[in-house]
Amino acid sequence: MCNQAVGLVAAELERQGISTVAIQLLRSVAEKVRPPRALVVPFRHGYPLGVPGDADHQRAVIEAALRMLEDSSLQPPAIVDYMPGKNK
Amino acid sequence: MGDLSEFPLKYKLFLKAYPWRRIDPVPWVPLKKPLKDSRAALVSSAGLVRPDQDPFDDSIRGGDCSFREIPADTDLSALIDTHRSDLYDHSGLRQDPNLVFPLARLGELVKSGRIGSLNRRNLSFMGSLTAPGRLRKRTAPVAVRKLVEDGVDIALLVPV
Repeated sequence: MCNQAVGLVAAELERQGISTVAIQLLRSVAEKVRPPRALVVPFRHGYPLGVPGDADHQRAVIEAALRMLEDSSLQPPAIVDYMPGKNK
Repeated sequence: MGDLSEFPLKYKLFLKAYPWRRIDPVPWVPLKKPLKDSRAALVSSAGLVRPDQDPFDDSIRGGDCSFREIPADTDLSALIDTHRSDLYDHSGLRQDPNLVFPLARLGELVKSGRIGSLNRRNLSFMGSLTAPGRLRKRTAPVAVRKLVEDGVDIALLVPV
């Protein structure tokens, strides 16, 4: 349900002019709800940025999300799978 | 990624039959300026509240669609987890709230110059909403207007 909730808020943000990127924990839900930009992460629920206490790991996920904002080739709805070390 | 095998059978069946709300058309705002010049806001659905705020109300049918403003200078260790779901492990975020509400990480990105600034207020929702109509029509538009008033350019959204 959380994946849907952030997707719906992301859509409202974009409707009001703010660019968004939403972490998603379930690709199947991202495909159904269709937030504008979704970064699907390989982590279990409760752990959307991966590892508690691991700042580098968390920063890498956020960096992958920021790169989606910068990628002008993406089209809505954009779904990208987070792959550690590969989202360049 | 997370998958449905994490959940009990009853909930898996519920999710399989659930009428997911499809965003259509999908709104799209291209990045208007470089990230180093952009103001960012964080939006979480982890149900976090500050000690001086009311907890999310788990007695509301369909879920509590309200939101809380979390100032950028909030002491993360003081945030209280009031998300109603018992379907995921809460221990990680209680150990390190950055796991779901990465204020410290965004602060570091501002300091390094990767993003321009972090907005003075950020948003906390409780994402266990089986009936999200009021979120879509009422509370999300009100919450987003606050960020528009603040001149926010980009938002990072984190579910739990």
